[in-house]
Amino acid sequence: MTAIITSPETVQETGPAAPAPGRPWRGLLRQPLGLLSAGYLLLLVVVAAAGTLLTPRDPEADDLAHTLSGPSGAHWLGTDRLGRDVFSRLMVGSRPTLLGVAEAVLVFVVLGVALGMVAGFAGGRTDRLIARLGDLVLAVPGIIALLMVLAVFPDNNAAAMIAFGLISSPSLLRVVRAVTMAVRNELYVKAARLSGLSTPAILRRHILPRLAGPVIVQVSLFAASAVLAETALSFLGLATPETQGPSWGNMVGEAASVISVDPWLLVPTGGMLVVTVLALGLLGDTVHDLTVGRARGSAVRPVRRPRPAVRTAVAVAAADVAAAVADGAPTEQGAAAPLLSVRGLTIAFPSPEGEVTVVRGVGFDVARGECVGIVGESGCGKTVTARSLVGLLPGGGRVVAGSVAFDGRDLADPAGREVARLRGSRIGLISQEPMSGLDPSFRVGSQLAEVVRRHHRLTRRQSRARALELLALVELPDPASVARSHPHELSGGMAQRVSIALALAGEPDLLIADEPTTALDVTVQAEILNLLRSLRVRTGMAVVLVTHDWGVLADLCERAVVMYAGEVVEQAPVSDLYHAPRHPYTLALLAANPHLAAVGQELPAIPGTVPPPSAWPAGCHFQPRCGYATEECGAGAIPLVTVAGGHQARCIHVDRLEAAR
Amino acid sequence: MTGTDIDTGNATGRADTVPLLETEGLTVRYHRGRRRPALTAVHGVGLTVGRGETVALVGESGSGKSSVGNAVLGLTPVDSGSIRFDGEDITRADPRRRRALTAQIQAVFQDPYGSLNPVRTIGQSLVEPLLAHRRPDAGAPRDQVAAALERVGLPAGAADRYPAHFSGGQRQRIAIARALIVRPRLIVCDEPTSALDLSIQAQVINLLNRVQRDLGVSYLFITHDLALIRHIAHRVVVLYGGHVMEAGPTEQVCDRPRHPYAQALLAAAPVPDPEEQAVRRSGRPSRGTAGAGAGSAGPAVGCPFAPRCPYAAEPCRRIRPPLESVDGGQLACLRYPEIAEPSAVRGPGSRQPEEIPHADARPLP
Repeated sequence: MTAIITSPETVQETGPAAPAPGRPWRGLLRQPLGLLSAGYLLLLVVVAAAGTLLTPRDPEADDLAHTLSGPSGAHWLGTDRLGRDVFSRLMVGSRPTLLGVAEAVLVFVVLGVALGMVAGFAGGRTDRLIARLGDLVLAVPGIIALLMVLAVFPDNNAAAMIAFGLISSPSLLRVVRAVTMAVRNELYVKAARLSGLSTPAILRRHILPRLAGPVIVQVSLFAASAVLAETALSFLGLATPETQGPSWGNMVGEAASVISVDPWLLVPTGGMLVVTVLALGLLGDTVHDLTVGRARGSAVRPVRRPRPAVRTAVAVAAADVAAAVADGAPTEQGAAAPLLSVRGLTIAFPSPEGEVTVVRGVGFDVARGECVGIVGESGCGKTVTARSLVGLLPGGGRVVAGSVAFDGRDLADPAGREVARLRGSRIGLISQEPMSGLDPSFRVGSQLAEVVRRHHRLTRRQSRARALELLALVELPDPASVARSHPHELSGGMAQRVSIALALAGEPDLLIADEPTTALDVTVQAEILNLLRSLRVRTGMAVVLVTHDWGVLADLCERAVVMYAGEVVEQAPVSDLYHAPRHPYTLALLAANPHLAAVGQELPAIPGTVPPPSAWPAGCHFQPRCGYATEECGAGAIPLVTVAGGHQARCIHVDRLEAAR
Repeated sequence: MTGTDIDTGNATGRADTVPLLETEGLTVRYHRGRRRPALTAVHGVGLTVGRGETVALVGESGSGKSSVGNAVLGLTPVDSGSIRFDGEDITRADPRRRRALTAQIQAVFQDPYGSLNPVRTIGQSLVEPLLAHRRPDAGAPRDQVAAALERVGLPAGAADRYPAHFSGGQRQRIAIARALIVRPRLIVCDEPTSALDLSIQAQVINLLNRVQRDLGVSYLFITHDLALIRHIAHRVVVLYGGHVMEAGPTEQVCDRPRHPYAQALLAAAPVPDPEEQAVRRSGRPSRGTAGAGAGSAGPAVGCPFAPRCPYAAEPCRRIRPPLESVDGGQLACLRYPEIAEPSAVRGPGSRQPEEIPHADARPLP
């Protein structure tokens, strides 16, 4: 189901969406820690740039009368061995440190991003060459390389930090290369190329923005390690010696030398390092959080489980539904109790704005051995309805009202124990994506045997034999060889047969088939439809088939339930539905079918799109797109009324529809 | 490989002798590393697309239909054969020429969600083709974007929004607007409506037809849906395993397919009329050739469809059927003369022309 749908002609605002893509910085305001870190780092940069302009005292002024004094009014952070003001020295000392970090980061980013992007985008030989080069650099022991550089350029902080950036850049290169390779295969990059954009333009417009998140994270981590590397080198006296003025590193060095006399001196210098490294890390985390959501382009953020408080709102909705449901109970067709009986089924999903009802007051019956189709477009709630029957609602969805009676048992009870017991044994499920039900690392036969043993008390040997029987039942040409194969070795049609065999392992009375042929080619689809038909004859099981394809419906089902925007709009025997639809939506949907529309004329399209659950209109959900709509349609809930034997429609203009035919 | 060409169809009836797009003996191979042999996805396909004409390329997964499209777009290297656009050989056009060609050849893809960059506004995406091809006469890019959006039925204000604000059908309109903005002469449509709902599909098909009427653009329309083809294509080329099985005018291929594969494809698609579907169902083989999926590369010799063909005889497994001109269309089937004879043994899955679903128009209120 699409989360956000608007009608085509009037593109409306989709509510208070998450941070609009393209403006991640605004989100920073909502992250206090990140904001604090950013502010601190900004201040540090200003202080480092200002140098001695901002320092309360001259950082080089000795005061031998007050050496190693603790914090005082005159010296906020105390004085060092020569009585110099520690606070002022820390301020000035930030300059060589930050400068060194900036040099290292610059080299790191330029090399890492440029080479990573080229390697990832070009691929082939270029990629291999750059990747090997990166591996080579990573294999060089960093500290030895730095010592060598410092041996050539003694006391040269810049040279050391540039070298540090260089030997660290392969780690960024790898990240950038991986992201580029992923983005390169995006359809929109293909589209940009076909738009005639040059490679540099594609890299700039489409690849670079996607790199921002991972690069910022890597840079913040690297900057933190560069701070430590710079101070370490300076501490060791290898770069920025004291003769060149204070730096954080040589200040730590000095504090360490007097640690037994004055342990305090280490606190401001060491503390400064800790805070700076922490701030860089926090900023990186924040920016990462902000950019990841953006790259996915989604306006949906993870939502907590619904709290009891919101249930009252839903309860009201449910009560509102109850009225529509009361008359919505399908007429009993025979004296025998149906196998499955759904009444007033209402399902809600959590959303940032509270629970949203996606299926409302759905009711239908399935007799033993009957095949009932649930048909509708995407977003109509057909899959959610089918999944709720087996208690497998995705994404925190739950049944808020209504009942599902299966052979006299209530499946809609909140604990879901009944469902769990029946699922797989008396109710089977096959889905659109056959591979999703198969574990890729096990052979088909052993997976099937495991399921067989779950339902029947059989020995290992018996269950294996039963698995082969099931594979033969689904008309696989060579069951033994299929049983020996892994799922990836099967074609789509064979995989769907195997997943049908899995669903049949418990000998179910009811099979729920959720778009079982949508992912298959038409000729394979015909085979699977034939198989389902013959299985129904042989096992006598009932089938609930979810589909959007009227042809599939006509092929397999006796009765159909048409859904639109979360409601049943019509239900009838398939033949009646096709020859005499009584709801304008059914009529329009059939007309839009390319099989039926007249060639050489415009295809009769339905204007607009299915409204999202949050924007369902009052009254009839189809009324904004309906040619028959009048004012009354929006006045209140439209009841599902019986128009003929076993034929119900949720429309107040049934007579007009009839007259127009 | 027989790369016999399909008759030049010219829907607009213009006097141009050169078709807009012409492929000859087009062969595409995918190299799959050193250990595995290369996969030949397209075997010597020859087809033409006239000016203002729509040619549908039909087949199932693995038929090579998308590979043909990608070869025309220059996204896949061509192994052998040639592609000519407006008389010019573009088979191995260099990147510079390729970029220039994008002003004339555009594409619309299947996935409306992946084809727009989620962090770029619609306007930013739409303006991209204009960055590469400045047309001084066309006015400011912003106006062109607005005009293109209007052409596909979206308000000009959509340019400032992000793809997340649009539904699948709307995004497909935006993709069409992007393809149209440089006024191309050919658009390769790769399953543009497969991801859309029926009612939305109708909107998009109507839009494509309207655009063709107004601008005279040609389409190479790649699809698996024979029912849809009637509403968009002038001519149809049916592919199987990378080979052309049958080609001809739409009415002929869709209503009276002659190749067993084209017949099977048509027979397999279920129709919404339950009674008619029951008739069709009884005519189709009760047990298919499970396992021999259309995706398999097929045998190295003989007819690629022979393993699944109800009419296959001994020569079919030995000789690759040549593509021959047979009244008005082209056909690659050794058994055609026998199949066509009414006295010939009818295989399962074949139908009389009378059984074909006739288009009965349902009036919309």
